[in-house]
Order: sequence, then structure tokens, then C-alpha cells
Amino acid sequence: MSKNYFKIIRGGINTTFQDQGRKNLYHIGIPFSGAMDNRNYLLANKLVGNKSEAPIIEFAYQGPLLKYFGTKINIAITGDVNFIINRNSNQIIGKCYQSITLENEDELDIISTNKSVYGYLGISAELKLKFQWSSCSTNTKARIGANDGSKLKENQEIDILKINKNLTNTKLDYTNTKIEKIRVIKGTNFDYFSENGKKIFFEKEFTVSKLSDRMGMRLEGTKIENITDTNIKSEGLIKGVIQVPADGNPIIMLSDHGTIGGYPKIGVVISADYDKLVQLTPGSKIKFQEVNLASAESLFKLYELETQNLISQI
Amino acid sequence: MIKNISNLGDAALYCDFGGEVNKEINTEVIQYFRSIKKEKIPGINNLTPSYNKLIISFDLKKTNYKDLKNLIENFNINKYEKFKNKKIEIPVCCDESLGLDITRLEEKLNIDREKIYENFFRKNFFCYMTGFIAGMPFLGDLDSNMRVKRLETPRVKVPKGSIGITEQFVNIYTFESPGGWNIIGNTPLKIFDKIQETDPNLINPGDTVVFKKITKDQFRNYNE
Repeated sequence: MSKNYFKIIRGGINTTFQDQGRKNLYHIGIPFSGAMDNRNYLLANKLVGNKSEAPIIEFAYQGPLLKYFGTKINIAITGDVNFIINRNSNQIIGKCYQSITLENEDELDIISTNKSVYGYLGISAELKLKFQWSSCSTNTKARIGANDGSKLKENQEIDILKINKNLTNTKLDYTNTKIEKIRVIKGTNFDYFSENGKKIFFEKEFTVSKLSDRMGMRLEGTKIENITDTNIKSEGLIKGVIQVPADGNPIIMLSDHGTIGGYPKIGVVISADYDKLVQLTPGSKIKFQEVNLASAESLFKLYELETQNLISQI
Repeated sequence: MIKNISNLGDAALYCDFGGEVNKEINTEVIQYFRSIKKEKIPGINNLTPSYNKLIISFDLKKTNYKDLKNLIENFNINKYEKFKNKKIEIPVCCDESLGLDITRLEEKLNIDREKIYENFFRKNFFCYMTGFIAGMPFLGDLDSNMRVKRLETPRVKVPKGSIGITEQFVNIYTFESPGGWNIIGNTPLKIFDKIQETDPNLINPGDTVVFKKITKDQFRNYNE
């Protein structure tokens, strides 16, 4: 039996293997990681008939160019992504949210995400990957996870252990929507900020900075004034926490965040808005809107229901 | 004891043990952390102990703030035995090529380097917490005459193994990372080993650490 594999011709900007992330390691300094946009991760796996927790390829802005060698295999791409398939000398324009059958020597060129950051490539197969703490999620800063903790690079190969032979066609009618108001719960240091600072936080617009990655999203805007202390005794963080350092510009903790931080927490993004938050590209304008805990919990239930509903349509 | 529990967002409990940083409060935090961890409570997906706080984050699909708060408020830690702590010796080379900020520290503290190192090497340090980056221990306490602030401009790259000091604390950079601590030396010892899945951290909260001076030759030829 000959081997089935993908050869990477172009790695893309930030292409990594991800899954649902790793739990119970914050106390030793290892963050959750995992797919940034969880809904699109789940949908990609469902479209190719994988288990919901299967590894996936996540890419940002510009995706990889892969050449496939082997017997027929299904793939699917989710997010808002421009891609093409080169087959012999023909070019097929790719469509997101539907399964595509690749043949031997097909090239999959994931050109770019469209006004969004992350996209997902699901492959209907078991990939040869190394797991650490029951997860393949790659954390490039700590060099943990599949692919030796590194981004996918040109000339490397992705080996396939077993192809799912059931090549059913699947399709979902879904369009990603944009978010302009990020809903937040007040943080544990909300009162460290001046009345004017609090007002600025909830009323002014902020711009997503270029200095944003899987660890955090930096924002720029009117300076938020701290009247108590610009440092706190270092304590635990979770994803979605909004810290404000001395320069007055908020930083939102994302999936690969440092597990401990010493800047005051002005707010925390609600779980229901996380997938949409991470898709905001540098230059995007956002506003924060306060919600209470009860609302955040109902909004999460709604988000979960929508996700399950989409999955069941595939 | 936990003084107050509040919510950090919609999927975490913020357990406050007080405002001060001392060994007594931190020991309570660690006792809670270890006891809750041992209980494997469904829905909890992370516990982060720090100097005087414990953050318990959970899966909102499986539980919620109110139920988990109730459970933690009634959690009986007395039935758990005291946990054993280790004493660990860390070799450190203080050659000027590795103690990047020693000259700056001499000026800031107004103490000469011999005295700085003498003070540093005779102390026992207590590990308050680990984290920020994988395996990084936060150790204390330095004597009051040894305390300085972070660098005004943090380094983009602090070399792996660097020993840094700031305020009353000492830490060890387990891998190359950005950072603003004042670097006084470097250890060749592996502090975080990702290959060891069950216990990747050499130093854990509650442990005691002593540093031992080694020469540049010993540093170069160090074999674990």
C-alpha cells in the first residue's frame, strides 16, 4: 500500500494543527490553546465526517498551498476563505462549508481569509500527529504540540494514517457575520479606573492593533486612566480577560495567553462572543457593551444551540 | 481561608484569599488548589493558584458560576492530608556574559556584586506559584535591600535558563521569552521538561529552592 500524504508547498502565515485544546495545565503555565474559532472548527470536522475533537489545520490571513498524493480524500474549509484547487491544468474555485474530494496530485491553494483572521481545513482522515497532554494543539511560543510545536513550513509533509473511506457529499448554508459590539462582564479590577476611564471603555471605539496574535489582541484608542495602581499582584488569567497596562491601551487575552498576569482587569469578554472576537482583523473598530452574568449565561446557551443546530444540518 | 468568591467573566470563579503576599496565605491557596484538583470536580477545566488568589475556570456547557461557587464554599479541605514539599538545588553561573543586569543592579541597589551574590546564595526561597510561561517558578522572598523594579523597557528575548529578580521575587526563564526581570545569572538545569507529561515542572508551588554557584567551566560542561 502506498502512502497518502500532503506536501506543503507554501506554509502560509500562521498555519498550525489545532483541536479542542488541553485542560488542567494552567497551574504549570500551559494555556488552553486549541482552535481560536471553535464553531468553525466543529463545522469543518462535521463536514468531513470526523469526530468533533479531531485535529484540524488552522490558518490565519494567508493559508497554505498543499499538494496531495494518494487515493481520493475529502476535505472541507470553513470560515470566510478564498481558495482554489488546481487539477491537471484546470482551476476549480473553492467554496467554503462543503466537502470537496481531492484526487492524486491535486493542489489546494488557500489564498486568503476574507475580512477575517482564521480559517479551518478539515481532512477526512486520521493524520500522523504527536499528542501532548491529550491534545495536538500547537503552541508555537512554548513549542508544545504537533509538528514539534512549530508552524507548518514549506517542503514538509503531513502523513495520513487512515483515510475515511466514506466520501459522502456534505454542504451547509452558512455565512459568518461580523461583530461590532463585544459584550463584556466587568472585571475584578473595574474600580481601579477613573469614572472617565470607565466611560471611555464602554462608550469609545477601539481599533484592533497589528500586534495581535494567538496570545492576545492589542487595542488602540483613547487612553483608559487608572487611578489606583497600574500593577496588581500577579494572578491567574483566562481567555477573554481584558487587561489595561500603564499605557492605558487594553489587551484581550486569547487562547495561547500567558497563564499569569499583573495588569488590572477591566473586563472579560463573554464566552458567546469569543469566536467572533478572534476573527477581527487589525484596523477593525469595536465597542464594548456591558452585560451581567445572567445575560452572558443565556447568550452562551443561545450560541451553543445555534452551533448544535448548524452541526445537525450537515 | 477564602475571603470572597466572585465571578471572573462567565466561566471562572475568582477566589480571593486576601491582599497581602506571604507564605501563610499562599500555603492556604496551594492547599485549596491541591485538594480541589484531587477531587476532579466535573466541569472544572483549570485551576490557577497565585500568591493570594485561586482562579477556577470551568466549562459553561457542564456547570455554571452559581453551582460551582456553592460547591467551593462548602468544600471541606480539612479531610485532605498536608502535601509533601521538596527542597531543590539549582546551579547558577554568574559570569558577566550571563548575569546581564549585574552592573545595573550594583547601581540601583548601591551594593557591590560580591555582596549581591552572597545575599542571593545564602537564602532559601519558597515557590509561590508557577506560570506565565510553562514551568516558570515565582520564588520569594529577597531581603528588603535587594528589591528593584522591572526594567523600564523589557527585553524582547531573555535567554533560556536566565535567573531574574524583581521586587521580593526571583524567577527562572524556562525558555527564551520576552521579559523585564533583572537577570543575575543562568542555570544549565532543565526547569521545565515537556517530555515528562505527568510532572514536567522541576519546581512546584510549596517547594523550597536554594541556588548554588557554579563556574563557567562547570556551566559549559553541565550534564543532567
